[in-house]
Amino acid sequence: MKINKIIISFISAAVILLSTSVVSFAKVVGDKIVLGAAISLTGKYSSNGVHTQNGYNMAVDRINSMGGVKVGGKTYKFDIIYYDDESNPKRAAQLAERLISQDGVEFMLGPYSSGLTKAIAPVTEKYGVPMVEANGASRSLFTKGYKYLFAVLAPANLYLDVAIDLAVEKNNGKGVTVAMAFEQDAFSQDVRLGVLDAIKRTGSKKVIDDKLPKELNDMAATLVKVKQMKPDVLVVSGHTKGALTAIRQISEMKVDVPMLAMTHCDAAKLSKQHGKNSQYALCASQWHKTLTYKDDFFKDGMTYDADFTKEFGYAPPYQAAESSAALLVFKDAFERANSFDQKKVRDALAATNMQTFYGNIKFAEGGQNVDKPMVLFQVMCDDGGKCENKVVAPTKWASAKLIHPIPSWSER
Amino acid sequence: MDFMVFQYPMISVQACLDGILLGILFALIAYGMALQWGVMNIINIAQGDLVILGGYIAYFMYLYGIHPAWGVIVSPIIMFFVGIAIYKLVINKVVDRDLFISILATFGISILFMQLMNFAFGADVVLANSDYGTTMLFNNNVVLPNSKIFSAFISILFAICLVIYMKKSKLGRAIRATAQNARAAKILGVDTEKVYAATFGINAALCGVAGALISITFTIHPYMGLPYTIRSFMIVIVAGLGNLPGVAMSGMGLGVFEEFADYILGTEFRIGSVFLLLVLILVYRRFKLSRKREYLK
Repeated sequence: MKINKIIISFISAAVILLSTSVVSFAKVVGDKIVLGAAISLTGKYSSNGVHTQNGYNMAVDRINSMGGVKVGGKTYKFDIIYYDDESNPKRAAQLAERLISQDGVEFMLGPYSSGLTKAIAPVTEKYGVPMVEANGASRSLFTKGYKYLFAVLAPANLYLDVAIDLAVEKNNGKGVTVAMAFEQDAFSQDVRLGVLDAIKRTGSKKVIDDKLPKELNDMAATLVKVKQMKPDVLVVSGHTKGALTAIRQISEMKVDVPMLAMTHCDAAKLSKQHGKNSQYALCASQWHKTLTYKDDFFKDGMTYDADFTKEFGYAPPYQAAESSAALLVFKDAFERANSFDQKKVRDALAATNMQTFYGNIKFAEGGQNVDKPMVLFQVMCDDGGKCENKVVAPTKWASAKLIHPIPSWSER
Repeated sequence: MDFMVFQYPMISVQACLDGILLGILFALIAYGMALQWGVMNIINIAQGDLVILGGYIAYFMYLYGIHPAWGVIVSPIIMFFVGIAIYKLVINKVVDRDLFISILATFGISILFMQLMNFAFGADVVLANSDYGTTMLFNNNVVLPNSKIFSAFISILFAICLVIYMKKSKLGRAIRATAQNARAAKILGVDTEKVYAATFGINAALCGVAGALISITFTIHPYMGLPYTIRSFMIVIVAGLGNLPGVAMSGMGLGVFEEFADYILGTEFRIGSVFLLLVLILVYRRFKLSRKREYLK
């Protein structure tokens, strides 16, 4: 009796196991190419998660309406299965497993943020599922030897080193003194490493090197030190809260510094939340609508900006633009591979060399995009208090001249 | 380690003043916690989340063009009713159970509030600009944002009002009587149920004031509540229950301690140092208690 029970439970377990692996959907259903994505629709990354999703959706609609993807003489349309990862890395990894082993997805789009991409990458790598991601910039993603991970964006260490170069250029090629304040997360610390490299390369000197906590909402101590040491450049990276806190306290404490460079200004809606107080801040950005890159689907940055605004009711932050670019990369790779074989698509992705409205895309060995420089924009306000972000570096894309040094608070 | 704070005396002055102003604000939140802990024997883990919710009220006023400083009046009124609603829905079911149950219940409320705020207001970091300007002291070497001074002033004002209310009003006396002995108070005709609800409401209102002040001084975000809970917990542990001067002193002490830890150890250890201090104080208290016990033997 007991043995019978054991045998029955063994058999049923085996049946369940088999059924889950057999009843998986194929990645190409009819004329649809099904991509999978775990995205933060709730939790602390939800606003950027939604930007990412809107970017993906915008590109899917555009590509589908403009003829879809042509593989083996047949036309296919993109479709995406979304799951909400709740901004939680563990959940993201589980969902990636589920997308691949239960839903049978064979091609993935990335989540939002470096942390979540880090959680998903080992899973896609294990199953040999090519993933094009648009929102994980941490350098450590590209040094692990992943073969199936491709990022359309520039890695985090390139975010702010341009600012140091710019300051040195303004200082007639002589080294400058740099104050740094970086949050202790993977992304910001990578930005920091890039700045440190630039400091070394240009013979500059770091005078303050503060680490900011995750619960950051007060950086008065750092700013008091800045007032005392009078560095040539202040570099801050701590996601949106870092950008907002820095501008609020710099203006309240009247901290004068010739150059202020930050990340996440547009995500923080700096010019909207702080108005004129944010003036002259330099911000690193992956993309700006005035850049003159072009493609057949979105035409150029200005058109993308207008179309996106029309569809979603707000101007696209760079997180949305790079997400749209990820789909363009997938389409291009499928057509060149002319197959849905994962290995062939992976090789086609690795050989990508194209221009999109978002920028040039060409992947290095580690999967990062090496053909697209970061841009720096400066917040500039008119007398009426209306502020705009204008690209000031690199010179090739500049739409305005850098204002340097920043006028002191007593003169403003 | 960075000893710049001692090399430049003005930085020490700055750190002390920043710490005191900040500490007064912490003390206000802690006073609310001490009040309900004393009266209802409940440790409210959701304290910080109530603060953030209060902050959002001021922020929305700011969005609609009303100066956020009015938030210190509107926010406590709304939060008082939020507090009473929480009491009626959850807290009255755990109020006479042991401490562990109430911690679990308020922990649940805390998670729920975080997610609801995220759902309702979005995950963006926001702030309300007061445009209060800056006060410069000591030949411009020490700068104090007026928003911080305003926060401290309003906190003190509310604390004083509350003390007077507790001393003079009927409800205040009932609250104090319940805190001393709930059963005796009940026998003598105090409606303890009403007292509990009012206490929780008053605590939430204090959180509302503090939240409005925080949205003016710092930034708010749905997940930023916990550090405020920890700080107020810590202040209450140091000061003891029902000891307002103690709460004020230990609040300011904590503020100054945090500022100095920030300068010396680095900003990354700011919150960490608060935890460390909490552990040290708990160990010290235990040590003191065990010595007392030896005398008794």
